[in-house]
Amino acid sequence: MTTAVEIVDLEKAFDPSGLVGELRRVVGRPTTPVAALRRVTLHVARGEIYGVVGSNGSGKSTLARIVATLLTPDAGRARVFGHDVERKSAEIRRMLNRVSVDASFFKKLSPLENLVFSARLYDLPPSTAEPRVREILQRLGISGAPLNRPVEQMSRGMQQKVAVARAFLTAPVLLVLDEPTTGLDPASKRDVQAFIQEVRDSHDATVLLMSHDMDEIARLCDRMAVLDDGRIVAQGTPASLAAPGETLEDAFIRLTGHALGDTTNRRTERAEPAGVGETRP
Amino acid sequence: MIAVRREWRASYAFVELNYRALKRYWGWELVWLVFAIVNALTVAYIAPGGREVAGEAFATDRLVLFLVIGTVVWAYLQQVFDSVGFMIAWQRWEGTIESTFMAPARRLAMVAGTSAFAIAYAFVRALLVLGVVSLFFDLDLLQANWLTALAVICVGSVGFLGLAVMVAALPLLFLERGEQMVMISLAMLLLVSGVFYPIEVLPDWLEAVGRLSPATYVLEGMRAAVLDGASIGDVAELFPPLVVIAAVVLPLGVVVFRTAERYALRSGRLKRHG
Ligand SMILES: Nc1ncnc2c1ncn2[C@@H]1O[C@H](COP(=O)(O)OP(=O)(O)OP(=O)(O)O)[C@@H](O)[C@H]1O
Ligand SMILES: [Mg+2]
Repeated sequence: MTTAVEIVDLEKAFDPSGLVGELRRVVGRPTTPVAALRRVTLHVARGEIYGVVGSNGSGKSTLARIVATLLTPDAGRARVFGHDVERKSAEIRRMLNRVSVDASFFKKLSPLENLVFSARLYDLPPSTAEPRVREILQRLGISGAPLNRPVEQMSRGMQQKVAVARAFLTAPVLLVLDEPTTGLDPASKRDVQAFIQEVRDSHDATVLLMSHDMDEIARLCDRMAVLDDGRIVAQGTPASLAAPGETLEDAFIRLTGHALGDTTNRRTERAEPAGVGETRP
Repeated sequence: MIAVRREWRASYAFVELNYRALKRYWGWELVWLVFAIVNALTVAYIAPGGREVAGEAFATDRLVLFLVIGTVVWAYLQQVFDSVGFMIAWQRWEGTIESTFMAPARRLAMVAGTSAFAIAYAFVRALLVLGVVSLFFDLDLLQANWLTALAVICVGSVGFLGLAVMVAALPLLFLERGEQMVMISLAMLLLVSGVFYPIEVLPDWLEAVGRLSPATYVLEGMRAAVLDGASIGDVAELFPPLVVIAAVVLPLGVVVFRTAERYALRSGRLKRHG
């Protein structure tokens, strides 16, 4: 069995003071950074759907970004199919795609234009990409005129579906999904979930899924980890983590000592664009 | 070979992206074009206005052309600087920066594609500005040496691109501050490059700074070519500084860009929120 994602003793902290912090480190008076991941170790096997649950701020997105080569680790090891995320990022980028919680697009461009741009970056010509975009979006319930209208005219949920399509379009071997179904209605949620399963089954893809949604984790994941304040507090199959008669939610409370934060759109306020995208310079 | 072709196609992605954004934001583009034209006209009218105010006879036509060259060349350089200098900031506003940086295409493709589009678009825009201004003034363009003008602008554009690439990386280091710094760099270039006056009129220290700006030599060369019909040989002394500036600034721009990206990936500054 090949290891798709190998994470050993991974550490990441953020210094909110930025370059000031860098300067202070140089003069020997470092600021105290915020720890986001503390000695995280996990292994995801090829073809597995691996879930990570945790409250807001527990480090899920940080972990997703490190695997997706968007953040360099402070210490420890992170490898994707044997490639180090820092030194071999080019190799990894060809194999991977990610859906983030905030669907991010060129807002005045249409979904089709956005996805054709993205496809070109993955060396997929529009002649291949376009039919595939139409097919994926059709399955997710988007077709016809909205494909050619600016993304900003779509609802948040629809934009999220376009973001899902962007990731699936490049047929990645590893999919990093950071709350991919947040903001979707129940039917759309199931559509996306079915799609994730299908991609795993038919393309032998590996999926790393960050979520607050225990039902989603229980339904999709072969194995899962509970992340709390940057630490992994439990790992195993969803069935093994919950004691007999216990729901996963109960298990989470037992393992972390607190309830999983309110799962309804807490993050969406932060995820909304800050209104500066209205104009171009 | 395959890799080169792949990067070539990825560069084209950025040409197409910029073109499509241009079409979708056409209202704004039009507004800025009108701005550039009005700016060129108001500056050009300083020449006849200056004669009225001073009450003396001077070569008004020559001054008009001197100013028009300044505004048109500046319209070109400013557009290049805007498109390239704000390429990172723009993706930040749109929120697409992470998905673009995560793609397998190299940053070089982003810089090359954006620059190619910027130069073509800026060139067309500058010609439009010139066209409208020439409706208002009787510009004598017959003795101009266009070959010299083209050579100067081509060589000068390389150094200017290098500067733009360098400041483009600033938003990776400083978030909003970085965008402000891009604006300020452009303003400084306007001051020291002698866009509307020979830089000799500046205080010595500013003149010295102006000698470091590729725009200074581009403007001097363009004026020699258009006002006096100078041949490439006549302005030969402008090329060594332009080449030296380009040879220093372009690689430096790439290094700064790389370093800034590495810093952004380490510090979590790639993204604006979260
Ligand atoms: N780019 C960044 N700069 C500074 N601090 C950051 C950055 N990204 C994350 N953090 C901090 O790291 C910690 C973990 O954040 P992270 O976004 O990984 O949590 P999360 O589990 O994804 O939360 P959520 O459920 O809200 O999405 C938080 O304290 C957060 O403030
Ligand atoms: Mg998150």
